[in-house]
Amino acid sequence: MATPRPRVSDWATDFDHTDPEWVADPYPIWDELRTRCPVAHTDRYGGTWLPVCHDDVAAVAYDTEHFTSRSVVVSEVRPGPDDLPAPIGLAPPITSDPPFHALARRLLLPAFAPKPIEALEPFTRELCVELLDATAGERQIDAAVDYAQHIPLRVIVRMLGFPQEDADLFRRFIRMVLEDVDQSAEERQAVVDEGELDAYIDARIAEHLAEPQDDLTSFLLDAELDGNKLDPDHVRGTMVLLMIAGIDTTWSAIGASLWHLAHNPADRRRLAAEPELLATAVEEFLRAYAPVTMARLVATDFDFRGREMKEGDWLLLPFPAANRDPEHFPDADKVQIDRVENRHAAFGLGIHRCIGSNLARMELRVALEEWMKRYPDFELADPAEVTWSAGQVRGPRTVPVRIL
Amino acid sequence: MRVHVDPEKCQGHNRCYALAPELFDVDDFGNAFELNDGIVPEGLEGKARSAAANCPEYAISVSE
Repeated sequence: MATPRPRVSDWATDFDHTDPEWVADPYPIWDELRTRCPVAHTDRYGGTWLPVCHDDVAAVAYDTEHFTSRSVVVSEVRPGPDDLPAPIGLAPPITSDPPFHALARRLLLPAFAPKPIEALEPFTRELCVELLDATAGERQIDAAVDYAQHIPLRVIVRMLGFPQEDADLFRRFIRMVLEDVDQSAEERQAVVDEGELDAYIDARIAEHLAEPQDDLTSFLLDAELDGNKLDPDHVRGTMVLLMIAGIDTTWSAIGASLWHLAHNPADRRRLAAEPELLATAVEEFLRAYAPVTMARLVATDFDFRGREMKEGDWLLLPFPAANRDPEHFPDADKVQIDRVENRHAAFGLGIHRCIGSNLARMELRVALEEWMKRYPDFELADPAEVTWSAGQVRGPRTVPVRIL
Repeated sequence: MRVHVDPEKCQGHNRCYALAPELFDVDDFGNAFELNDGIVPEGLEGKARSAAANCPEYAISVSE
């Protein structure tokens, strides 16, 4: 294991989004910062900024001139000279800036528009029913491990046109990339060898080239950029991006929603009695428990909200904090499953709006609907056993619930 | 009442299409546009206001 980081001494001048206090419950930290800074700074990770008010988070998201998306995960390592420069970045379009960004994004958008996503709903529903069937007779279930985590994973595997029984390779891969960041390279290799994943994907690409299918893999292989087909490296990179961006995030949203319902019996009973509230409940869970914090690098020295930002500084972009800003949302700290006006930013704002938002919303809605049909009465078995992921995707990784 | 989606502001969140498919549609890239020249049929005024009030990008305007 890596050396533990020093604990945070002061959130306005020394914050760290991997500190156990932030991981367990970041909301009071952001509330405090909103009244103090409102753009915090830390020397950690070589210098990082943190806006926490909705207007400031939005201003950064809309400003692609002073902030680059070249890297979107804060770490000790900034992109080096050998990495692809802006505007393309390592994983287009999430790491791309204008004008290239629009080209790379336009390529993917049709696969994630509402209508093709609607076509995946029956598969998603059957999957949820199958997962719930597997828990039949159990008095205690882990809503994150036994249910939530499988849903986005197996839907992506289905979209790519890969065999369902191969889902576990991707589960191990995601764990290595996103959750074992504090472990040594050797320990991470033991979970999954990146060469194993590349070889697996290359074999599927070869199969799809030989015999095109009606799936996302063939869609990507057929796509054109500037009149040329994408090369297989670009296709593989995009698949990896979709897995990284599409699995942990939605798993977190489903898990956090079930966690909320497990320890808020009034909301749970109301949703069971009035299933038509699900539409507003889904949006409210997304607002209140938005999983994804993005990041930017400062592109050029400039003054933002009275802070002197320097080229190469990191900036954490906490959409979950924007969603809790009382200046923007009445009773921002209260979860109201019938909230009718909800301009939350769970999927980001501006040109990098989450490309999978229609897919994530469909999965979350279907997952909650099927769970509530099967288990309208449940409660947290032991609140102390609930653990939360560290890093920029926040969600519960274990949610043991007792079926009542 | 009329509604209008500003195509410069719309980023394809598709909230309007989900809340009021009678008033909005989306193209193959998920960008929203108003149907029927934006004219809101009688009885759908609430849906029009709801779509505007739930757009994260403030891309929808409603005129009475």
